[in-house]
Amino acid sequence: MEFLRPATLAEALAVKAERPGAVPIAGGTDVMVELNFDHRRPEALLDLTGIAELGEWSTADGNVRLGAGVPYTRLIEQLGARLPGLAMAARTVGSPQIRNRGTVGGNLGAASPAGDTHPVLLATGGTVEVASVRGIRLIAADDFYLGVKRNALADDELITAVNLPDAKAPQQFSKIGTRNAMVIAVCSFGLALHPEQGRVGAAIGSAAPTPRRSRAAEDFLSGELTDAGLWESPAPLRDSVCRRFGELVAEGTEPIDDVRGSAAYRRHALSVLARRTLTWAWQEYRTGERSCA
Amino acid sequence: MRVNMTVNGEQRQADDVWEGESLLYVLRERLGLPGSKNACEQGECGSCTVYLDAVPVCACLVAAGQAEGREVRTVEGLADGDRLDPVQQSFVDAGAVQCGFCTPGLVVAAHDLLARVPEPADEEIREALAGNLCRCTGYEKILDAVKLAATRGASA
Ligand SMILES: Cc1cc2nc3c(=O)[nH]c(=O)nc-3n(C[C@H](O)[C@H](O)[C@H](O)COP(=O)(O)OP(=O)(O)OC[C@H]3O[C@@H](n4cnc5c(N)ncnc54)[C@H](O)[C@@H]3O)c2cc1C
Ligand code: FES
Ligand code: FES
Repeated sequence: MEFLRPATLAEALAVKAERPGAVPIAGGTDVMVELNFDHRRPEALLDLTGIAELGEWSTADGNVRLGAGVPYTRLIEQLGARLPGLAMAARTVGSPQIRNRGTVGGNLGAASPAGDTHPVLLATGGTVEVASVRGIRLIAADDFYLGVKRNALADDELITAVNLPDAKAPQQFSKIGTRNAMVIAVCSFGLALHPEQGRVGAAIGSAAPTPRRSRAAEDFLSGELTDAGLWESPAPLRDSVCRRFGELVAEGTEPIDDVRGSAAYRRHALSVLARRTLTWAWQEYRTGERSCA
Repeated sequence: MRVNMTVNGEQRQADDVWEGESLLYVLRERLGLPGSKNACEQGECGSCTVYLDAVPVCACLVAAGQAEGREVRTVEGLADGDRLDPVQQSFVDAGAVQCGFCTPGLVVAAHDLLARVPEPADEEIREALAGNLCRCTGYEKILDAVKLAATRGASA
């Protein structure tokens, strides 16, 4: 095995082009577990933590460009107001020690169906910026998740950043786990209101082979809100609307039974999460006060 | 490979490090610092918690090469010679140490919390220590220890 420590992105991309088998390592919170348990013995580790630009974030034109290597703790501390949904998800990852190292880039690299950032990236309309010696590609979060732990990265590409619009309205993330801290999601849900587009973004985690949008639920709710003129004069949502939204979210899942929960439980729990997060987000939209999480 | 880092204020060098080796292994087996404990090697128990460039991390999840040129502070580096750090002393005084296996990791995590939040509320303590498992104490005495350390102004 080799340990490669590029100092610049250009250098890292050159290495990756030449040695597609080199495994990138950022926070190491997924990679090191695999190494410690001998589940993986790559020909080389490509350490990304020496590349300063991956650890930076910036803003322009109402968007945040979040470097792939920014640890969760910094995201929570510095971007909570601009990216509330992503910050909420980040707050549920692991423990302080894990959040101090773990990154959104690593979550995307691992592409676990249970990764906490994915529903938020889908609901908010995030794009993943990837680079190789061939150039830069922007991949919509929608097109990034291809299968269980499979993503759209080519062998010679690295994730450089995620781009997210500044939140202009409430966002929510909620996760079911067997306890408060240090658990992988049994299922999770991300919600983002996009009043300027008259649209709602909604996505599930841990309830299908990949994280995925809840499109039927999004379309239903967006239609209801727009038809009733609720974006402009927000009144409390009818209970039947919230329930139908939850049902449609549940219908859009393809969960499995596993040690963490049954498929039926996941489906039910997601309908509840959908309803609750919608209630919280809408309450905040109406009153300007955050009511939960 | 060879890894150079500053550990507890001293420049240290480890040789013949395997490229996939963890910082925890280097600290314990190559540099003779057994304070950080190895229990799970998967980030679940927190017993290997050390500061890496002043940020608490699980040493078992840091690749040794990632510590090259960086600063590591372990539980051994908290005491000032024979004088225990106030957080360490509070763990002793509050009876928060039984078998002691989890203690070094908890002490580092609590030390970091108190440096950031000198007077933490109970929920803040619980959240800060959520990544550290203890099989003996039932955690109550650990909470007492952190509160005791806070009253002693332990944020050095
Ligand atoms: C105890 C524990 C608890 C955890 N809890 C949670 C949790 O609650 N929620 C959750 O979502 N996850 C959790 N995780 C998983 C992990 O922390 C996250 O997936 C984290 O986001 C990974 O980030 P990292 O920087 O540590 O990734 P790494 O381990 O460094 O890398 C992960 C994967 O991404 C690839 N990669 C990393 N950076 C790049 C890049 N820039 N370009 C291309 N590929 C890249 C790596 O090659 C690897 O395949 C937990 C892990 C542990 C050990
Ligand atoms: S040994 Fe590192 S967290 Fe358990
Ligand atoms: S004192 Fe024994 S594990 Fe905590």
